[in-house]
Amino acid sequence: MRSRGSIIGGVAAIAATFVVFVIPFLFIILMAFKDKQQSALRDFSWPNGFHLWDNLYEVVKTRNWMMITAFINSSLITVVSVTLLIVLAAMVGFVLARRKTRWNGLIEFLILAGLMIPPAVVPTIWLLQGLKLFGTLHGMILIQVAYNLPFSIILYRAFIATIPRELDEAAVIDGARPLDVFFRIILPLLWPVTVTNIVVQSVGIFNDFTNPLYYLPGNQNATVQLTLYNFQSQFSTAYNLLFTNIMLITIPPLIVFMFFNRQIVAGMTAGAVKG
Amino acid sequence: MTAAAAPALKMQRRSLYPGWFYLPAAVVYSVLFLAPTFASLYFSLTRWTLFDATFIGFDNFAQFFREPFLIQGLVNTVIYAVVTSGLKVVIGMALAVMLTSQIMARGYLRSVIFFPVLVSTIGVGMTFTVLMHPTQGMINQALALFGIAGPGWLVDPKLALFSVALVDVWKGVGLATVIYIAGLVAIPKDYYEAARIDGATRLQNFIYVTLPLSRPATATVITLSFIGGLRTFDLIWAMTKGGPGFASDTVASVIYKQYQAGFYGLSTAGNVVLFILIAVLVVPLTMFLNRKQGHE
Repeated sequence: MRSRGSIIGGVAAIAATFVVFVIPFLFIILMAFKDKQQSALRDFSWPNGFHLWDNLYEVVKTRNWMMITAFINSSLITVVSVTLLIVLAAMVGFVLARRKTRWNGLIEFLILAGLMIPPAVVPTIWLLQGLKLFGTLHGMILIQVAYNLPFSIILYRAFIATIPRELDEAAVIDGARPLDVFFRIILPLLWPVTVTNIVVQSVGIFNDFTNPLYYLPGNQNATVQLTLYNFQSQFSTAYNLLFTNIMLITIPPLIVFMFFNRQIVAGMTAGAVKG
Repeated sequence: MTAAAAPALKMQRRSLYPGWFYLPAAVVYSVLFLAPTFASLYFSLTRWTLFDATFIGFDNFAQFFREPFLIQGLVNTVIYAVVTSGLKVVIGMALAVMLTSQIMARGYLRSVIFFPVLVSTIGVGMTFTVLMHPTQGMINQALALFGIAGPGWLVDPKLALFSVALVDVWKGVGLATVIYIAGLVAIPKDYYEAARIDGATRLQNFIYVTLPLSRPATATVITLSFIGGLRTFDLIWAMTKGGPGFASDTVASVIYKQYQAGFYGLSTAGNVVLFILIAVLVVPLTMFLNRKQGHE
């Protein structure tokens, strides 16, 4: 049923996307298998031997096992800040969608402002120092929560608007206490959008480079994105190790992508249809 | 409902949707985001060492518009945002039209185009820095096979900013594509049916049906990528660090450089400039993109 033209078009599309999007990743993988001499050539060639394990070991133990520290730090920051984000954003989204007061306009303005305005870096550092949070994981976690709240609130509010209000009142008539309505009736119903939130925010926070660079200095505080700079120096770069490192930190997003493809796309395209 | 029950229900509704639910989020957001933003308005007018600040009026801003390399950063930021969001709109739309048609291997195509969105920006930047090396990079070696002398992507001052912008598009076009796909799928089939009855060609279909009806998606893509482009820092930092010279500096990389150099007042002024730049460009842009059309 497919015409000849559409087959040719399909093959052309597959070939073109392969060259543009797949080859760079193949290049990363091939480099991770090479030894230092061969990787210095930086060409697209088959590895001369199998050096992946050596490279992995070298990458992980560089600078006093910095990679392990970095993975622990990044995971801690991601898990704790996403958990906080979800609870706080769901609470705001719930009341914002349900209760119409004259404050709603202001709150929505603040949410949009949070999406647009670039954070004021040095004043934030100054403030974090005053609060004794500068260069600490707690400080970093709270920063991630503050910066990512607006997006999570928008996702939640849109979803909560689709849950009928009668449900809340029915629960009250059946004897639920006010707080139970949110924590035991609404929050479980929000599961689909919670998964979307978890996935999108985790990827974003795990991949974040700029904020840890500013607010979390120091080797013991390294996050995974900063480990990429371990193998770059002005005079010689160990390309095999650099690309092994890149491959290593691409694995978590890859796993997330394989399992939660649909939720990621749902979260990132929210608002595209309604505008 | 009796008259007496009404206030009772109102009371209950109040505790059902308690105002203090806003509180934890409001505290974190106000202390860590709003307060520094307001503080930046003051500190941008000072010479600042983090311990004491001397008020110097608009000197920092004057410097921003006097020093050629700072002006260049400002111009580069706008160019970068326009180029990346323009390319993402055009390519994203084209890919979405392709992916919503009867094409083979749709799942593969969609995954491959979208996956870079989720990959570390620094990782992508470093990979392409290697691929774009003028003599030893794979891109120019591949071009040489066809007898084309590839340009010095990141070392040519005229080209560096655009090379980084291209990598930005490579990484971000998947997001634009899925947004467009969501927009295209939401267009009711009746319109295409009506167009078919009127004997519209495929091109007319696209111009008179797809293009106007995917406008919300276009608005989202432009707004997202334009703001993202104006704020961009990590990709530039991973690829050129603003160089060669100051050829690919943007306001965000200037903010970081001034911070590193210890010019905290100037760095904060850069923040305020970026904030104003975004407000001045993005607010009218979104108003224009989301304006109601006559028949709606």
